[in-house]
Amino acid sequence: MAKHWWKALAVLLLLYTIIAGFLVKIPVIENNEQSTRNLFFHVPMWISMYTLFTISVVNSILYLGKYDLRKDILASCAANVGVLFGVMGFVTGSVWATYTWGGTLTSDPKQISTAVALLIYLAYLVLRMSVTDIDKRARVSAIYNIFAFALLIPLTYIIPRMVDSLHPGSATSPGFRGKDTSGTLMMVFYPAFTGWTLLGVWIYTLRVRYKRLELKNIFK
Amino acid sequence: MINRASYFFLTLALLLPSLLVQAQQQNTETGPVNELLRSNGKIYVVVTVLTIIFICIVLYLVRLDRKISKLEHQQQSKP
Repeated sequence: MAKHWWKALAVLLLLYTIIAGFLVKIPVIENNEQSTRNLFFHVPMWISMYTLFTISVVNSILYLGKYDLRKDILASCAANVGVLFGVMGFVTGSVWATYTWGGTLTSDPKQISTAVALLIYLAYLVLRMSVTDIDKRARVSAIYNIFAFALLIPLTYIIPRMVDSLHPGSATSPGFRGKDTSGTLMMVFYPAFTGWTLLGVWIYTLRVRYKRLELKNIFK
Repeated sequence: MINRASYFFLTLALLLPSLLVQAQQQNTETGPVNELLRSNGKIYVVVTVLTIIFICIVLYLVRLDRKISKLEHQQQSKP
């Protein structure tokens, strides 16, 4: 039981997020109105994705150090669940954009560069499937993963903040922090991103356990 | 290959923005769905977002469940 406390914490934090996320009083920011509450659901998807992709790239580097296939499993599973969270973030962002920007799929730099970054990671998963030799697959994909991570940060974090984007937090569109005078947004946001990240890590560990069982005879 | 097909459609879905950029720049049409989602201070946008997240996670878990069932089946028949 002692090993599983963080799963209970994830559930409790998410319960708090969902209940408080809908009930707490929030500042009305321009045409966002009540959809500012997406801060508790859409934004944590990205934080969870960054966490999982970081786990992935660290394990890829560790794999290249000792060529331990266990690290390769960790890296591939983290990337796989990371893509799930990335897609969820992208789709939820598109729905929100429909009712605040006036278009589901716009030519906004943030939306385009994020789609490119996700495609790079999808290529990582496809690359893994196309190599049948298990050691070769691990090496090639580990190196690809490092390049993918090196592109992820500028594409999803740096460039959208430097150019004019409609998305809050870019050069011309300030984030919500300055408008959050009573601190209620951050009061729910921090538990929200901890909870969603823990949920992502939980799904990731499930996948790792499945992969380990599948490849059990190789490790003997 | 279920896996390969699913990645193909996922890629297609992500490429969609570049294909539709010209076609769809404005979404200010009215209609029952759009009116509902804009009502009550756009709160139903948040409900939609939470529903999408829930459905995506459930679909992912169902996929994982099926893979584990297949593995169990293989290991039962092997030894």
